[in-house]
Amino acid sequence: MFLDLTEEQNLIRETAREFAAAELAPVAAALDRGEQVELFLDNLKKLAELGFMGLNVKADYGGTEAGVIAFSVALTEIARACASTAVTVSVSNMVCEVIQAVGSEAQRLRYIPKICSGEFLAGAFALTETGAGSDPAAMTAVAVRDGDDWILNGSKIFITSAPYAGVFIVWAVTDPGLPKGKGISCFLVEAGTPGCIVGRAEEKMGQHASATNEMLFQDCRIPCSALMGKLNDGFRVAVAELAGGRIGIGSLGLGLGQVAIEQAARYALERKQFGQTISNFQAIQWKIADATTELEAARLLLMNAAFRKEQGKSYSKEASMAKLYATEVANRACYEAVQIYGGYGYTSEFPVERYSRDARITTIYEGTSEIQRLIIAREVLRSYA
Amino acid sequence: MYFQLTEEQKLIRETVRSFAENELAPLAAERDENESFDRELMFDKLAELGLTGIVFPEEYGGAGADYLSYAIAVEELSRVCASTGVTLSAHLSLGANPVWLFGNEAQKQKFLTPMAEGSKLGAFGLTEPTAGSDAGGTRTTAVRDGDEWILNGSKIFITNGGEAETYIVFARTDKNAEKHHGISAFIVEKDTPGFSFGKKEKKLGIRASLTCELVFENCRIPLDQLLGEEGKGFKVAMKTLDGGRIGIAAQALGIAQGAYEEALKYACERKQFDQPIASFQAIQFILADMALRIEASRLLVYQSAWRASAGLAYGKESAMAKLSASETAMWVTTKAVQVLGGYGYTRDFPVERMMRDAKITEIYEGTSEIQRIVIGSTITRG
Repeated sequence: MFLDLTEEQNLIRETAREFAAAELAPVAAALDRGEQVELFLDNLKKLAELGFMGLNVKADYGGTEAGVIAFSVALTEIARACASTAVTVSVSNMVCEVIQAVGSEAQRLRYIPKICSGEFLAGAFALTETGAGSDPAAMTAVAVRDGDDWILNGSKIFITSAPYAGVFIVWAVTDPGLPKGKGISCFLVEAGTPGCIVGRAEEKMGQHASATNEMLFQDCRIPCSALMGKLNDGFRVAVAELAGGRIGIGSLGLGLGQVAIEQAARYALERKQFGQTISNFQAIQWKIADATTELEAARLLLMNAAFRKEQGKSYSKEASMAKLYATEVANRACYEAVQIYGGYGYTSEFPVERYSRDARITTIYEGTSEIQRLIIAREVLRSYA
Repeated sequence: MYFQLTEEQKLIRETVRSFAENELAPLAAERDENESFDRELMFDKLAELGLTGIVFPEEYGGAGADYLSYAIAVEELSRVCASTGVTLSAHLSLGANPVWLFGNEAQKQKFLTPMAEGSKLGAFGLTEPTAGSDAGGTRTTAVRDGDEWILNGSKIFITNGGEAETYIVFARTDKNAEKHHGISAFIVEKDTPGFSFGKKEKKLGIRASLTCELVFENCRIPLDQLLGEEGKGFKVAMKTLDGGRIGIAAQALGIAQGAYEEALKYACERKQFDQPIASFQAIQFILADMALRIEASRLLVYQSAWRASAGLAYGKESAMAKLSASETAMWVTTKAVQVLGGYGYTRDFPVERMMRDAKITEIYEGTSEIQRIVIGSTITRG
């Protein structure tokens, strides 16, 4: 076992940390209030220029080729300053990775360099529908072949980065005659394609700076070259190729939990009640001890999942365990941090209030905790069957 | 043991629920979004329903009902709008009740009656930047000057601050006395010269409820607005907070109940994997745990309310009720967001607001940590 970061991983972590401290942290509260949206987009571009949009993507396509561990530590550092930026970066990275894994050489060359360079501010996934959340196979969006084209119809919800994504990976039913989940395919749809419409923006509890919109496809005509991967193999792509995203979201959660509890510890050392700093009280010490222990375990689960993915080993169960655990302990850490700050923690004067709102979605998106448990249980039971 | 509500208590629940569902619920999300305190709806209407002084005798403008009726009222309001729940709780338990408990006859006539009738809104000014859980750290001072007291200092996180007409304010009257002994309680009216309002807090939740700083700069108040004995203010504060915990516990209970009902309804309607998600054990177990924790908390809340009306000691019981109900509220609302999934994180459904509202119940009127201290010190005293 070697549990240290390599020099390259360390360098990426330091670069992310410096950028986050200099550019992201100072504006995070304003972004949360819905102000200075242009800075959010500027920062995405700068992050792309620093190589953060294709961390685990081959240099041939403009990626950084730094690996999955580097991706994880970068996400954690970014999330410590701004979770909205982190989720956007995570999703764009995964869009690149999925195109690299499933797309044709032409598709890779057409889209990945644009996301990696920042020419596209983001990439997006359009999978979820109103009736298809944890159960994506229940989707109703359809793609019908018409000569050399496909015609897409349907709507998708909760699409991260929709208003500024350059390309969407869209799932749609291509053969309704096949059993559930068997007739779904994956398409690459460019922003601006007629009939590809960005819909209503969600009003959310947290991660306000990250856009979450409905996407409407109304007789949206795309060429047959837009099909990504094999026909009717889309559900497998959704289930298997998105596993890496769980490492991203787990890493994001870790960053939020870490920063919340670190700030709470500093506050506990300063705050005096009953004639002494509250850090002297065991009740406070134990909250900090528990949260720090849980976060450290979460970090190791993430590193393990990232390491396995990097080594080409199976990592789906490990990614689920890491996402489940990291996001749940991150929520606990954020809420305990609010508790340590007391009344002050409930106000927007201290960032723990924002962290606690931002953390909440992490146990929901990219596979709820329930779905992660399902994946873990299924794999464990299969190994004993 | 008799676990049935009286006819009067049932009637109060029905009346308040009907008001809450028909009048409070429709714009609760909008008030949260705009941080707007709608006094007419969130207070004046409560006065019409007889809630603003529900536990006080009719001779002082009250409704002469018991504490359980009060707890039920706060629970029902909070089930749809936690900001309204805390407005009533802070007004009645913290503004009016100390006058009832410690005021002389003239003070009751002058200050309790209008609060109980609902023509005046009450508030309570104890917390300071350096005196949160440790109220003994109070730095606001009151100095005697002839026929008046002169108040100087500031108070933070004051619920109903800015809108309320009557404030119970704690200040140090004896600098030489030991921490808890030199504090006195005063009744201060809005518009008294030298009394102004500072920063309005921007909060995670209960955003329609006002939370404001109070500032006293050479604020002169007459001698007869000293509440209780000079130097005994700490006792006034602690006794008041014993009762206040019943209100906040009931608020937390209402929030939990509201979120549980939303989760239950959604789970029965939402289909994934070709069946309602309520048919999955994982979801059923969440709903079962919600129902269980809420019921246990409800019994603790109702017990403490019953003890308060029966004249029994209830400091430990109200601490247990508040601790259990607030932690239940946080747990239930968090799980409710989870049951609703992505929808639960959006403002299209009320559970994200309920989750944000729930958090403060673990903090104000004594944090969970302080409740544990109250319980722990009471049971180890023997």
